[in-house]
Amino acid sequence: MKMSTKRRINTILSEIILILISFIVMMPVILAITMSLQHPTEVFSYPPKLFPSSFYLGNFPKALQTVNLGRLLLNSLIVAVMITIGKMITGVFAGYAFANFRFKGKRIAFAALFITLFLPAETVMILPLFLIMKKFGWVNTYWALTIPFMASATNTFLMRQHLLTIPKELEEAAMIDGAGPMRYLWRILIPLSLPILAGMSLVNFVYAWNMYLWPLIVTMSDEMKTVQIGVKMLIDAESANNWGIIMAGTLIALAPTLLLFFTVQNLFVKSLVRTGIKG
Amino acid sequence: MSRKIAPYLLLIPTFLVIGLFIYWPAVYSFNLSFHRRTPFGNRMIFVGWKNFIRLFEWSEYTNTVVVTVSYVALSVSITVILSLLLAMLLNQKIPGVRLYRTFIFAPYAISPAIAGVLWSFLLNPVVGHVNYFLTKTFGLQVEWLTTKPYAFYSIVFATVWKMMPFDVIFYLAGLQSIPDELLESSIIDGASLWKRIRHIIVPLLSPITFYLVIMNIITTMFAAFAIIDVMTKGGPANSTTTMIYRLYLDAFAFQKTGIAAAESVVLFLIMSVVTIFYFLLVEKRVHYQ
Repeated sequence: MKMSTKRRINTILSEIILILISFIVMMPVILAITMSLQHPTEVFSYPPKLFPSSFYLGNFPKALQTVNLGRLLLNSLIVAVMITIGKMITGVFAGYAFANFRFKGKRIAFAALFITLFLPAETVMILPLFLIMKKFGWVNTYWALTIPFMASATNTFLMRQHLLTIPKELEEAAMIDGAGPMRYLWRILIPLSLPILAGMSLVNFVYAWNMYLWPLIVTMSDEMKTVQIGVKMLIDAESANNWGIIMAGTLIALAPTLLLFFTVQNLFVKSLVRTGIKG
Repeated sequence: MSRKIAPYLLLIPTFLVIGLFIYWPAVYSFNLSFHRRTPFGNRMIFVGWKNFIRLFEWSEYTNTVVVTVSYVALSVSITVILSLLLAMLLNQKIPGVRLYRTFIFAPYAISPAIAGVLWSFLLNPVVGHVNYFLTKTFGLQVEWLTTKPYAFYSIVFATVWKMMPFDVIFYLAGLQSIPDELLESSIIDGASLWKRIRHIIVPLLSPITFYLVIMNIITTMFAAFAIIDVMTKGGPANSTTTMIYRLYLDAFAFQKTGIAAAESVVLFLIMSVVTIFYFLLVEKRVHYQ
């Protein structure tokens, strides 16, 4: 009896704390929505509003015009999709090579790939990478934004680890049936790996979508920038005037990944824990 | 395709990419760090260790190192502690817990740049709500992003907010693998709750904590660039200029190629130490599945 009262109080207390914390964590997004729906004349009203009192939508088209957000969103989508596809293809191929084949130089190749974990190109090596892009004439192109990130040790190791769990008998049976290595990969291994591939793609997509430093450096013209740079351009352009426009633009920019996360949260969480890739 | 050549063909795409865009820049970076550009030509002169010596005699750079260490240490410790407590709350079987998880995980899907914009808004002295609240309750009026030391605290807030979901997700996964009888904890049972945390939960989760600390160090060292660039641009008076921000400024704003290359090499060495440490301590012990 005593135990159950205690438990009930504990539950109520936990509920209150969790509601409070959920509210605090979501606060920036809630207040961004409030601000984005305010008419320019209300933006500087005091006290600042917690919940929208008006339902003014004019800030959204203005945000789209101020920095051409539509184009920037398209760029982010192209970049994130290209990087994700590239990384998945190279990762599946290399993981397959390491998991299912014996070959000369395997250990050296593995070590060579392993070392790249120390060298995050998009941060530590921005300067030399930029100079190389200049040599290639790739500055301010989609190539520079995508190709350098199309392979990663993490994806390869994950794929390898996963393929090692698939019984070898399957491969032997396929070989007896006359299937070559590519046919076995395409017909058997990939269909067996779909959930893992989906999870990896999601994490890679969010990672690519959120890249900031590299696009900032390697894009020159406004129409090549990504949406992450766009929000910074918005804040630089409008912070003295109209925060409604900035917040409208910010909401447009955060909607794709946030909605994606809300719809497939479980898959996200599972693959994040499995992969440990930082988004 | 024969089984003999297949593995080599399968590895070509990966090694093409990492060869061109990781190995080459790495070697290039080391090479540049030992050279200096002539004032007028495009000629590079070999200067040995001079760039490194100049770098560490330069008080602005050593200041950058101090800022980085304090920023990393503060953000990472706050995030890890809050995340563990939050994960314990979220690990209970109580009504609505799935919804709370969704909300608390949400910043994971928000980019560092957008986190920076959202917090710039909340901390803005005119339109922001934080100052309104502080003025109303404590009579305080703080210029968060433009005065020392508040700018530094501001980037720590934004970083903790952005980084916390990642840690909570991992701690929650860790807690779910601990048998229920060991966890039976209750907020109102203060003393025994504290004992459980100290003697059962913290030791059992220590491999995850190691992993998270390392991942958080990497995030705060590098990915947090966007938060700083959006919120403070390294100011005021360099009080939020971390090593990666300094590198960006020297390489792209001031065009100091040799010095910037030396900074890259320093960051690369730090990365190597962190990564080696991670593989020695964590990888062998943590098994998430």
